[in-house]
Amino acid sequence: MVLELAKPRPIWQIMFSTHHTDIGLLYLISSLAFLFLGGSLALAIRIELFLPNVEGAGQIIADSMTFNRIFTVHGTTLIFLFIIPFASAVGNYFVPIMVRYKDMAYPKLNAIAFWMIPPAAALVWLGFADFTWYAQPPYSIISAPGPAADMWIFGLKILGVSSVLGAINFVVTILKCKHPDMSIGQVPLLAWSFLATSVIIIVAIPTFAAALLMLLTDRLGISGFFNPAMGGDPIAYSHLFWFTFHPEVYVLVIPAIGMMYEIIPRFSRKPIYSYNSGVFAFVMLSLVAFSSWAHHMFATGMSFTEKTVFMVGTLAAVPASAMHVFNFIATMWNGRIKFATPMMWAVGGIALFFAAGAGGVVNSAMPLDFSTHDSYWVVGHFHLFVMGTIAFGSIGYLYYMFPYVTGRMYNETAGKIHFFLSFVGTILVFFTQHVLGLYGMPRRVYDYPPIPEWIAMNQIASVGAMIIGISMAIFLVNMIYSSAKGKLADIHDPFGLGGKYYYPFEAKNPHH
Amino acid sequence: MSGHSNWPEWIYVAVVIALMAWVGAEAWEAERLIEHVPADAEVIKVTGQQWFWTFEHEDGTKEIGELHVEVGKAYKFEIMSKDVIHSFNIHDYVVLLDAVPGRVNVVWFAPDAVGEHDIQCREYCGLIHYNMRGTLYVEEPST
Repeated sequence: MVLELAKPRPIWQIMFSTHHTDIGLLYLISSLAFLFLGGSLALAIRIELFLPNVEGAGQIIADSMTFNRIFTVHGTTLIFLFIIPFASAVGNYFVPIMVRYKDMAYPKLNAIAFWMIPPAAALVWLGFADFTWYAQPPYSIISAPGPAADMWIFGLKILGVSSVLGAINFVVTILKCKHPDMSIGQVPLLAWSFLATSVIIIVAIPTFAAALLMLLTDRLGISGFFNPAMGGDPIAYSHLFWFTFHPEVYVLVIPAIGMMYEIIPRFSRKPIYSYNSGVFAFVMLSLVAFSSWAHHMFATGMSFTEKTVFMVGTLAAVPASAMHVFNFIATMWNGRIKFATPMMWAVGGIALFFAAGAGGVVNSAMPLDFSTHDSYWVVGHFHLFVMGTIAFGSIGYLYYMFPYVTGRMYNETAGKIHFFLSFVGTILVFFTQHVLGLYGMPRRVYDYPPIPEWIAMNQIASVGAMIIGISMAIFLVNMIYSSAKGKLADIHDPFGLGGKYYYPFEAKNPHH
Repeated sequence: MSGHSNWPEWIYVAVVIALMAWVGAEAWEAERLIEHVPADAEVIKVTGQQWFWTFEHEDGTKEIGELHVEVGKAYKFEIMSKDVIHSFNIHDYVVLLDAVPGRVNVVWFAPDAVGEHDIQCREYCGLIHYNMRGTLYVEEPST
C-alpha cells in the first residue's frame, strides 16, 4: 500500500499517474470534496425549510427557482460525484491487491475514467439545473431553462461513460487478472461486491445514456420522443430512466455492503459467518435489481397487473438484503468485538440499512405507496439508504483505510464523536421525514403551509441536519490534521486487533 | 466453504420470504378492492396546469383551486394535464394519481364526513410547485 503522506510527492506526479493507488487517491479526494459541497447544499435546503414563509419570515433562499436548483445539484452531486467515485476510490485501492495483480487491468483507461469526472462536475455545477435529478419530461423539455439543463445532460452523459469505463476495468481485473492460484470462490467479498456492481453498471447505464440523448434532441425541438405535444410519451422516459436508476440503487449500496464485509469480521475477530451466502446474496441482488424499476411509477396510472408484477419484483430483493444483515449479525455473534471508529460506522450503517429496508417494504406494497409516493416519506426512505447505509459504510471504510493511505492514525475520539453525532442526526432527519410524509408533505417544495405538525417535524429535521453538519466539520478537521500531524500508525496492525488478523493491505504494488 | 451448518440462515430466509409473501398478498387484495370504481360514481374532470387545478363537474360547472363535493357520494376523477406532469393529491383520502399530458388517469373516492381538506400537487412541476394547492369542501347533500 502506498503511504501517501509519509513520503510526499509533487502533486503532478499523482495527477499524471496511472498507478491504481494514485488514481484511488484522486477519486478519494475529489469524492470527499463533493461530499462537503453537496452536504452544504443539503444544509441550505434544511435551513430554508426550518420555518414556512409567512410574511417574509422564514425566507432564507430568495426564490423557489434557486431552491429548486439547489436540491437538483445536491442530489446529482452526492449520487454521481460522491458515492460512485468514493466506491471507485476503494475499488482502485483494494481490488488489484485483493486479486493479487500489479494494477488495474487497463491503467490508462482507469485514469481516463477518473479525469472525465472534473469536466462533468463543472458542467453540473456551472449550469445548476433545476429539473431534479431525474429530469422528468415534459418539464425538462418544455419548461426547464437552458443552458443549465443542457449542461446537466452533457455532464451526466460524461459521468455515465466514465462509470462504464470504470466498470469494464473492474470486471476484467477481477475475472481475467486475478492470480492463477486464486479461484473465483476465494476472491474477498469486497472484490465480489465490485464485480456485482460493475456488471449492473454495464447492463443498466446504456439505457439512460440513450434516454439522455433523446432528451437532448427533444429539447432541441428536432424530435418528440417524450414530448406529448409531438406525439411522444413522457412515461417512456420514466421507464428508461428507472431501468437504469433502480439497478443504480444497488450499484450504490453493494460496494458499501462489501466494505462492511471487510470491517465487520476483522473487528469482531472472527471469520465471516458465511462467505458463500454473501456471494449468493450479491449475485441475487444484481439480478433482482432489474425486476423492480417501475415501482417508482405506481402513481403514473399503471395497470393493476403491471403494479402487481413490479411489487413482487421489489419484494424479491428483500430476502437477499436480509441475508447480508443476517451474515453481519451472525459474524458479530460471540465475537470479541472492538468498537473502534470503523466498526461503529459499519454497525450503525447495518442498523439503518435494516430500517431503510423495512420502510421500503411499505413503499412497495401497492395501496400504501399511494400514501407515501412523492411525499417526504420517500425522501426519508432513500436518504436512510444513501446516507444511513452507503455514506455510513463508506465513511467507516475511510477511517479503516486511513492508516494505509496516510501512514498515520486519525484521532479516535474525534472519530467516535463524528459517528455519534451523525447517527443521532441521521435518525432525527430521516426518521422524522418518514412521519412528515405520512402527514402528507410533498417533496421538492420550497415552502409549505403553516400546519403545526409540519412545522414541528421540519424543525426537528433541520436541527438533525445541523448536528450532521457539525459532525462533518469535526470529520474534516480530523482528516486534514491527522493526515499531516497524526501519530504514526503501526502498519501491520493499526487497530490493535492482534496479529493473526490478515490485512490485505500489507501487500504493495510498486509504482511503474 | 465454512464447515459449520447453516440451518439458522435458511430458517431466517424462509421466514423473510413468508413475510414478504404475506405483505404482497395483502397488498394485492387491498389494491384489487380499491381499484374497483363504483358504477354510480359521478365524474369530475381534473386538469392540472402550471400551477393550479381546474375541476369540471358532470353538469358542466367549473371550479378553479377549490372543489365542492357532497358527503356520501362516490366520485370518479379523470385526471389530465395541459403542460407538464403534476400529481393530484388529496392526502386525507389517500387520493393520489399523476396528471400526465396525453393521458387520462382515473381514481375514485367517496368522502364520508363533512369537512375541508387540502388538495396539492405532489410531482415536481416547476417554479410554483410548492404552492399548487387547493381546497376540497365536503358538504351536506343539497337536497
